Amino acid sequence: MEIFSFVKRVPSTTANVEIKDQQLDTSGCEFEINPYDRFAVEEGLRQKEAAGGGTVTAVSFGDDASQKELRTTLAMGADAALLLKNDAADSADAATTAKVIAAAIGERSFDLLLFGKQSVGHDQHGVGAGVATRLGIPCITEVISLDISAGQVTAQRGVEGAVETITASLPCAITCQKGLNEPRLASLKGIMAAKKKPLESVDVEMPALALIVESTQPPAARPAGRIVNNAAELVDALRNEAKVL
Amino acid sequence: MSSVLVILETRQGELRPSCLEAVGAARVIADAKGCAVVALAPESANLDAAVIGAAGADQLMVATAEVHSADAAAATAARVAREISANTVLLTATVRGRDITPRIAALLDTGFAPDCTAVDANTMVFTRPICGGKAFSNVRINGDVVVASLRPNFFNAAGREHTAEASEVPSEAAKAQVIEVAAQSGERPDVAEASIVISGGRGMGSPDNWHLLEKVADVIPATGLGASRAIVDSGWRPHSEQVGQTGKTVSPELYIAVGISGAIQHLAGMSSSKVIVAINKDADAPIFKHATYGIVGDALEILPELAAELEK
Repeated sequence: MEIFSFVKRVPSTTANVEIKDQQLDTSGCEFEINPYDRFAVEEGLRQKEAAGGGTVTAVSFGDDASQKELRTTLAMGADAALLLKNDAADSADAATTAKVIAAAIGERSFDLLLFGKQSVGHDQHGVGAGVATRLGIPCITEVISLDISAGQVTAQRGVEGAVETITASLPCAITCQKGLNEPRLASLKGIMAAKKKPLESVDVEMPALALIVESTQPPAARPAGRIVNNAAELVDALRNEAKVL
Repeated sequence: MSSVLVILETRQGELRPSCLEAVGAARVIADAKGCAVVALAPESANLDAAVIGAAGADQLMVATAEVHSADAAAATAARVAREISANTVLLTATVRGRDITPRIAALLDTGFAPDCTAVDANTMVFTRPICGGKAFSNVRINGDVVVASLRPNFFNAAGREHTAEASEVPSEAAKAQVIEVAAQSGERPDVAEASIVISGGRGMGSPDNWHLLEKVADVIPATGLGASRAIVDSGWRPHSEQVGQTGKTVSPELYIAVGISGAIQHLAGMSSSKVIVAINKDADAPIFKHATYGIVGDALEILPELAAELEK
């Protein structure tokens, strides 16, 4: 089975967000693999094993710094890595990113594309479904369980108040939600082996952005609250002051 | 004559009420542009044209597909958008809405603004949270058609007397299809849709104490149950209940955080709630800085008192 798992370098979820000149400033942030993309790498390794062979290629649309995250995926067990390189990649919205990835991947042969359900940071939830739509293949989003046999895909995902079972045929794109698997950590042996694995870098063009960010600001400040003494005072305040009960 | 197209969400033939807010937002945009609102249900559904019209739609189109398919829904929506020369396509930022939105944008070769919390109908600048709500960006679409999904609980249905003009339209063929929808047990609403949410954290002590939270949730109708990441990672509660940056983002009328200290990932997921109540032993917990009302004390003692007061 030929599998591509897509990863993005993002500011750590524990990072505080700095805003400078009405734009997000990530210069002081620690970076990491987007947490949802770890599920995509892990699932690629598991599906390859279940299929009894194939390759898992980790792909990132990013700048040279993203090589670090790609090396991590190689250390986890991916067979090869592909950097779709553009220094302005982080400014790309999900629709533009999907366009770039679809153009680059469409020329290659694959059975399964695995994405995180969203990148933390931009939070746009759109690359996987956008790539699949441009390639004309089915896509199942926010997957928490995945079974592939004889080219048939059966997946489950949580929607508000229910779990849906969805079927499709390969080739197929999947976006991964927490709960799908427990991503492995890179072993020392894996880290050593990763140094010898191929990491291909291909320069890609950036089309005109489809989403323009005009400005970014911190959340509106909340009015100061107050401490109440007990449950009776609280319920009184909720009923008569805030009027939410 | 162009139109604003709004995509309705139905499940097994029944309307999901949160999408009526998007119909209301579509009305506001259409009024600014002087055009009509067309509501499209991408699957066959039992819809009341008076309800859809009251929310703000002039026309109601119901497609013929019997089951849900995100790719078919998007293809049907994109075809209708072209047929009616839509200037804007609006959806609701639910799991299905977030699934379909980028597909419609790809089919129309335009951009999309996901998870918006506000829109200026004159400039078509949308406001949306980034970094899980740690910041907000003002964005606009660079393309012929504006596609956007709207967060539940931020927009209002129009609330007028009007019956939409109903018609049936053909559905496009499906690639992936939903073959089963299993409703989660219990009467409680999903945490992402509930108008009141009560969440528990480490201060609950043990999963055995969750009945204390459930008791409070039981006495306030339509209350959803949430949990912090630490609780979900420990396996005490399912991931479907996790509130925060790697869980669900919620913006209910009332959010009650019990025994939750307020890690930045958690605050990101709930700080746009209208009223926030914090109950925590530690008076210095960061959650109190975000709370409308706070009680400093042991959650396990306060919860039974709270349930008793609410029952009065």
